[in-house]
Amino acid sequence: MNLPLIAFYAFAAILLFAGLRVITARNPVHAALWLVLAFFTAAATWLLLYAEFLAITLVLVYVGAVMVLFLFVVMMLDVNFDKLREGFWGHVPLAAVVGALMAFEMVLVVGSREFGGDSVASPGAPPAGHSNTKELGRLIYTDYVFPFELAAVVLLVAIVAAIALTLRSRKESRYQDPTEQLAATRAGRLKIVKMEPEREAPATPPEAGA
Amino acid sequence: MTELIAGAQGAIQGLFGPQYGPSAWVVAKSLAGIVMVLVPLLLTVLYYQLVERWVIGWIQVRKGPNRVGWFGLLQPIADAVKLLMKERIVPTGASKGLFLLAPIIAVAPALGVWAVVPFAPGWVIANVDAGLLVVLAMTSMGVYGIIIAGWASNSKYAFLGAMRSAAQVVAYEIAMGFALVGALMAGQSLNLSAIVARQGGAYGLLEWFWLPLFPFFLVYLIAGLAETNRHPFDVAEGESELVAGFHVEYSGMTFAVFFLAEYANMILVSVLASLLFLGGWMSPFPASWGFLGAQSILWLLAKIAVFMFLFLWVRASFPRYRYDQIMRLGWKVFIPITIVWIVVTGVMMLEPLASTAPFSIWFGK
Repeated sequence: MNLPLIAFYAFAAILLFAGLRVITARNPVHAALWLVLAFFTAAATWLLLYAEFLAITLVLVYVGAVMVLFLFVVMMLDVNFDKLREGFWGHVPLAAVVGALMAFEMVLVVGSREFGGDSVASPGAPPAGHSNTKELGRLIYTDYVFPFELAAVVLLVAIVAAIALTLRSRKESRYQDPTEQLAATRAGRLKIVKMEPEREAPATPPEAGA
Repeated sequence: MTELIAGAQGAIQGLFGPQYGPSAWVVAKSLAGIVMVLVPLLLTVLYYQLVERWVIGWIQVRKGPNRVGWFGLLQPIADAVKLLMKERIVPTGASKGLFLLAPIIAVAPALGVWAVVPFAPGWVIANVDAGLLVVLAMTSMGVYGIIIAGWASNSKYAFLGAMRSAAQVVAYEIAMGFALVGALMAGQSLNLSAIVARQGGAYGLLEWFWLPLFPFFLVYLIAGLAETNRHPFDVAEGESELVAGFHVEYSGMTFAVFFLAEYANMILVSVLASLLFLGGWMSPFPASWGFLGAQSILWLLAKIAVFMFLFLWVRASFPRYRYDQIMRLGWKVFIPITIVWIVVTGVMMLEPLASTAPFSIWFGK
């Protein structure tokens, strides 16, 4: 029992508990926050595998950006929790069968001879001066440059498609154009007109108190 | 100094025996480092608030705090004692656990980032290989404190403040990340000490990255203001619209902890701007000037002080941005600028250019 092993079991216990709470928490905001904890703990276990770049990127992307947007949406939903849980016990038999099947399949895959935990050697401690980030960068931008760029293009298409599907401008909506606002000058807004006085000015100013 | 450290190492390893000695030494060294960073940091946070009130007072032709102690020097102590004594109130209908957890979540990343920040060559608690990524990841977690505080308070104003803050932080984080990408391209490392080391050289302040990366420098500073919810981007608090925004329901020490996190983050932005764009502990003068030309932590502290003053100056000078203008600036102005300049930086680093006259100063090393 050495320190990394103790740390692994601690992280694994927290990860399992957080994962369980994600699906059992009554409140969706609490569930999302448990998911944040699960991501963070998963990053910690990756650190134990010397995958520091992936671990930090997991925190940066999923905890720092994706889950913030997720929480943003979940917090604004007005969900009726009692209605959501209605008929829970009616669905239990079917859900249990599906869950058991999934667990069985995972045991087959993870426990098999090809992918089992025993057949994959531990990566071991990297040599001194080894940079995880540099290795990953070298692989992505030399050996796997075309798959990487293909993935980037697919993502770009997905972004454009998502915007094209959801962007709709109503005709009657009004909005401001800041460029136009910033370009406004006095000459464009204000016209000074010379005109004759309508009324004769009084000959002497009225006395105070009169 | 070196003998002292070696002596301490020998004593601790002798105390814990050959098996646990090395681990005990690592723990002891880290703890000593944490104390040496956190104590000055917390004192700076305490007195930064006093200096802020002084500076804003002087800009507005007032005196600022000048009653408690000599010239008001005990004012922050008095404020801290007052906040400690006040009652902690949990509003009705609040999600109690999260309500009390929120200030902790806000302050933990703000203090945790300092583990990878170097102050002079070798003066760093954890010399992490991917230091810049750690900084980005930790600062991006600070927003959870604000979001949870806003949601758990069960208050409309707090909730609106949290929503504004979440959208704003996500928007500006992208521009900030791209600005840091520029710095790590020029520094050719993710390690903060290595990035600073690449900015040293014969030309003094012309060697620093603010010159080739000037757009990144500006974008980083402004995004840093937005990321820490400071003026003129402080719509998350917005006194005139939201009372006090996300921390309106907090009182006493829980309220003070949010302030602690905000000021620690401001100091962090100042430190990072100094390290990445202004050469950290490098001297602006050529090395032949003796003490003035030598690199030392004093130069870093001076640069941090300039940026910290800039934060206060901006706060006292500019009116608050309108919310849609904040979003426009982040998404439509900063992100395109940074993407274009990343390409420009890449071209400057390519070989025919990298070794010719002006570019060889930064990229020809």
